[in-house]
This record gives sequence, structure tokens and C-alpha cells, in this order.
Amino acid sequence: MPPVLELRGIDKSFGPVQVLHDVAFSAHSGEVTALVGDNGAGKSTLVKCVGGIYPIDAGDYLFEGRPVQVNDPRAAAELGIEIVYQDLALCDNLDIVQNMFLGRERKSGLVLDEPTMEEMAERTLAGLSVKTVKSIRQLVSSLSGGQRQTVAIAKAVLWNSKIVVLDEPTAALGVAQTAQVLELVRRLADNGLAVVLISHNMNDVFAISDRIAALYLGRMAAQVKTSDVTHAQVVELITSGRSGELGLNNGSGVAS
Amino acid sequence: MANATLAADDREPWTSRLRDAGFWAEWAALVGLVVLVVVFQVLNPTFLSTGNIASMLLAAAILIVLAVGQTFVIATAGIDLSIASTMTLGAVVLGQAYSAPWGLPLSCLLAVVAAALAGMVNGVIIAWGRIADFIVTLGMLSAASGLALILADGKPVTIIDPALLALSTGGLGIFGWSFVIAVVVALVAHAVLFHTRFGTHLLATGGAPESARAMGISTQRVKIAVYTISGTLAGLAAILLVARIGAAEPASNTSFLLNSVAAVVLGGVSLFGGRGTIIGPVIGALLLVALVNGLTLLGVSQFYQPLAVGVVVVLAALLTRFQR
Ligand SMILES: Nc1ncnc2c1ncn2[C@@H]1O[C@H](COP(=O)(O)OP(=O)(O)O)[C@@H](O)[C@H]1O
Ligand SMILES: [Mg+2]
Repeated sequence: MPPVLELRGIDKSFGPVQVLHDVAFSAHSGEVTALVGDNGAGKSTLVKCVGGIYPIDAGDYLFEGRPVQVNDPRAAAELGIEIVYQDLALCDNLDIVQNMFLGRERKSGLVLDEPTMEEMAERTLAGLSVKTVKSIRQLVSSLSGGQRQTVAIAKAVLWNSKIVVLDEPTAALGVAQTAQVLELVRRLADNGLAVVLISHNMNDVFAISDRIAALYLGRMAAQVKTSDVTHAQVVELITSGRSGELGLNNGSGVAS
Repeated sequence: MANATLAADDREPWTSRLRDAGFWAEWAALVGLVVLVVVFQVLNPTFLSTGNIASMLLAAAILIVLAVGQTFVIATAGIDLSIASTMTLGAVVLGQAYSAPWGLPLSCLLAVVAAALAGMVNGVIIAWGRIADFIVTLGMLSAASGLALILADGKPVTIIDPALLALSTGGLGIFGWSFVIAVVVALVAHAVLFHTRFGTHLLATGGAPESARAMGISTQRVKIAVYTISGTLAGLAAILLVARIGAAEPASNTSFLLNSVAAVVLGGVSLFGGRGTIIGPVIGALLLVALVNGLTLLGVSQFYQPLAVGVVVVLAALLTRFQR
């Protein structure tokens, strides 16, 4: 089966600064692909390219084997790509229902169809069965970190998406909340979605991922099966871009 | 835990809310209005006479319409400093068209269109030119009043029209037609802000523009829309203004600008965008009108009125620091 999402030769610059160099990446249905890399490696930038927030400068973007143009967030959403951004996941000043449907509100006539949206939001949250929230009409600003991630993930799965990308969803969470979110992430993949998880925690990555993609200074050092590598190898890929046979060639000209 | 039942919010008893500063901040305008009404009524029993209430509501109509427009803009974290000059421009267009003579309906339409265009120009420059709204609308403040002076050649035009007269003298009981129009505007605005897709996108644009864009919302279109709405309402206010004073004057009305912002602040709308109500600024407008009217009834010199308004607004702004 071809990967649901495949990127080839992606370049992305901000003005004179090239952040992504010739990046290849793929994500498969029913699998969790961990995207790892040091701070500033370009993980969030890659995710924003996938989500259509940043246009790519060069490279191929294939969805279910077909080349596609994703020039804005709507295009990504229409393909079935849902992204929980590290910094832009939710609007604090809106409530849970408003956030889950933001940009895709249900209408009846001219006005919002609140009952339908509330019902769908409740059903989705209940289906994830992670964390209780007091009311789905609660402002997001009043939620705990774990609840926010749950809402953000619920928002991503509400749309029968094919790919869910999570940018450091557990970075701000405690131990128990992290475990819950990871369990939820694993369950999404088991339900057939392609999940991309960005995380700095090697234990989490090895606990739930099927594949690992390591970015090093804006280049894809390696994308491997989790069962084929050790913690130490992945850490080496993250910190130096190579590990034995794996990783970037010496001659690839990665400047430090 | 499969019990993700989402219980209806269990409300705490209302008495505990009274001890919460956030509660007072949210309802500052209403509390202020009640206090003012009681104080003025005690000091001068004619304050709550039918005649005085009717005249206050009539006086509040223009400010309510402007404050609603200002609310839309401020809810996106912007500000429309040109709202009063745009109203003046609308009034002058009405006056010129009426004396052309193109008849009242067309003249009113032209007034609203001219003001809406001024608003749209604000919005387009702010959204596409990426220039601070403060600067753009300050420019429009000057440009619109200048245009009004040019169009009118600096002279007021008296307009005696039975329909406009009815607008400012007739009504439903103590509710003059102008006030009725203002209430309808507020009701529609409330529905738009809280029960439409556009309203949700507007609040998202104000509260978290980057997140809104990440969800595919065109925050630029929202910006253009709110300034156009603000201009359109300034045009409507222009009609009420001409009806009220029986003339179209090119003179600027700076107190309307100040009071429109003041009403919005009093109404608990966050100047940082993303949160607010329509009822709040409406009550804020009523409070400001009651304040000025009460002081006048008590024989306080007109010179003290701006001072009083200023003090009340800054107090309200201080209270908003306790907003949740
Ligand atoms: N909008 C932007 N403009 C300029 N530089 C950016 C922008 N976004 C990210 N960068 C730069 O790109 C590099 C990669 O950032 P990012 O993708 O956020 O890394 P990561 O998520 O892996 O920590 C960093 O050096 C960062 O400073
Ligand atoms: Mg990042």
C-alpha cells in the first residue's frame, strides 16, 4: 500500500534562511510515525508545510499516491489532513464547540446549527473517552493542558480525517496526562488513521511509534522502522545526523 | 474512563458570584447605570419622568448605533477612530443629495453607501496594506471630515422633511423611532456576532488571529468586513443625526468618537479583541447619555461633562483588569 502522505525533495526558506533542505517524508495508514529532531531542526516548519500554512518552495507533495497542491489550510483539510499545531491549536477565547468547528461550522439557514454541532462534539469527545470536561460550551482558556490536547485531538478526528499530525502534544503535560494522550494517539492509528507524532521523549516515541523520521538541521537524516533501531541510534541521528550506516552521508555538506 | 458525559455546567450560587471581581467587571456598565439612575432620581425627581426618559433614549440612539459598529471593530482587536467623521460625511452627503433634489430615500441610501465605502477603504488598507488600524482610521478621520467640508462647502444644509421629522418625534410610546431603530440594529448585531459563522470567525480573528488563519479563516476578509460594517452603521447614524438636528452639518463631532469607544469599554468589550457582547456597549451608551443628561438636569455646567465622562471611562477600563 502506498503511503497516505508522501513528501519528496521539500525545500523551504524564510527569506535568506533555508530551513528545510530536500526533505523526504512519508506516513502510512494504521501507523504512528514519530517525527523527531532537535529544537530548530524544522519539525514545526515541515508540519506547517503539510498543513498548507507555509507554501513549499520546491518538492513533491503526494496524497494517496497522487500529486496535490496544498497552498492553504483549507486544501489540507479537504484532503483529510488534520493538524494539531504546537502553537496554534486552539483559540482561547472560544468555547470547545466553537473551536472544534472553527472554519467548518454547521449552519441551518443563515444561523449556526448549534444543536448538531454540540451533538457531534459530544459524540466525538465521548468516543475518545479520555478526560471529562465540565461543559462543551466552556471556554478553552479555562481548560487544563491535558483537556486542551484532548479537545485539539477531538477536533482533528471529528472530520473523518485520514491523517492526523500532532506537533508536540505532550510537551506541556504531566505524566498521567501524557500517558492518556499517547494512548489516545495509539488508538487513532489502530483505528486506521495515519498518525504523525512529534515528540522529544524517546521513551514515548519507542512506546507507540511504528516508524521514526529524524530531522537534522533541516534535512531528513533517516526514516526507519522503530523495531529496526535502538534508542541510542535515534539519539545519534538527532544530535549528529548519522549513526553508523544510517543517516546523512559525510559528503552531504551539512554545515554546523 | 468511558464516562465522558458532559454534564450541563453546574452553576455556583449567584451570591458567590457577587464576591467575584470578574463579575463586576463584566457588568460594570449595568451597575454604573443603575447607580447613576438612583442617584440622579434622588437628586432630581424629574430625571425618571416619562418625558426625560424619552429624550434620553432618543439621544442614546445615535450613540448606540455607533457603539455597535465600534464593537465589531474592537472585537477584532482594531479600532475605528474615523467613525464620527464618517458619520459627518454621511450627513453631508445626505444634505447635498437631498437639496439636489434627489428625494429622501435615495439621499439616505447615498449617505449609507458613502459611509460604508469610507469604512471599506479603512478595512482594505488595514487588511492588505498591513498598516496599523490606529493610523489608517486616524487618516480617515481627517480625510472624511475634510471631504465633508469640501462637499458642503463648509455650510450646513437645513433639511425639513416629514419622514425625518417623524423619525425624531414619533415612536412607540416613550420609544422614539430612532431608539427603535437602534434597538433593531443591536438585536441584529447580537445575532450576527453570536449565531453566525461570520461572528465566530470575527471573534477568532480578534482573539487568536494566527490560529484562525491556521483553520483557513481569511482574517483579512473579516477585517475588511468589520470596518465596512462600522462605516455602514456610521451612515445609518448620520440619518438619525440629520433627523435629530434638522440639518446636515459639516462640523465634526469628536465627542461621538470618544463616546463610542467609551461605551464599548464600559460594556466590557476587551480592547485586545476576541471577547465582548452587544448588550454591554448598548448599556454603556445608555450610561453615558444618562450621565450627561443627569448632570444637565442638576444644572452642572456643560464644561464638567467631558471631565465626568473621562473619569467614568477610565474607571471602567481599570475594572476590566479584573475581567476573566
Ligand atoms: N516564520 C519563520 N520565519 C523565519 N524563520 C523561521 C520561521 N519559522 C521557523 N523559523 C526557523 O526555522 C527553524 C526551524 O524551526 P521549527 O520548524 O520551529 O523547528 P522545530 O519545530 O523542529 O523546533 C528555526 O531556526 C526557526 O528559527
Ligand atoms: Mg516545533
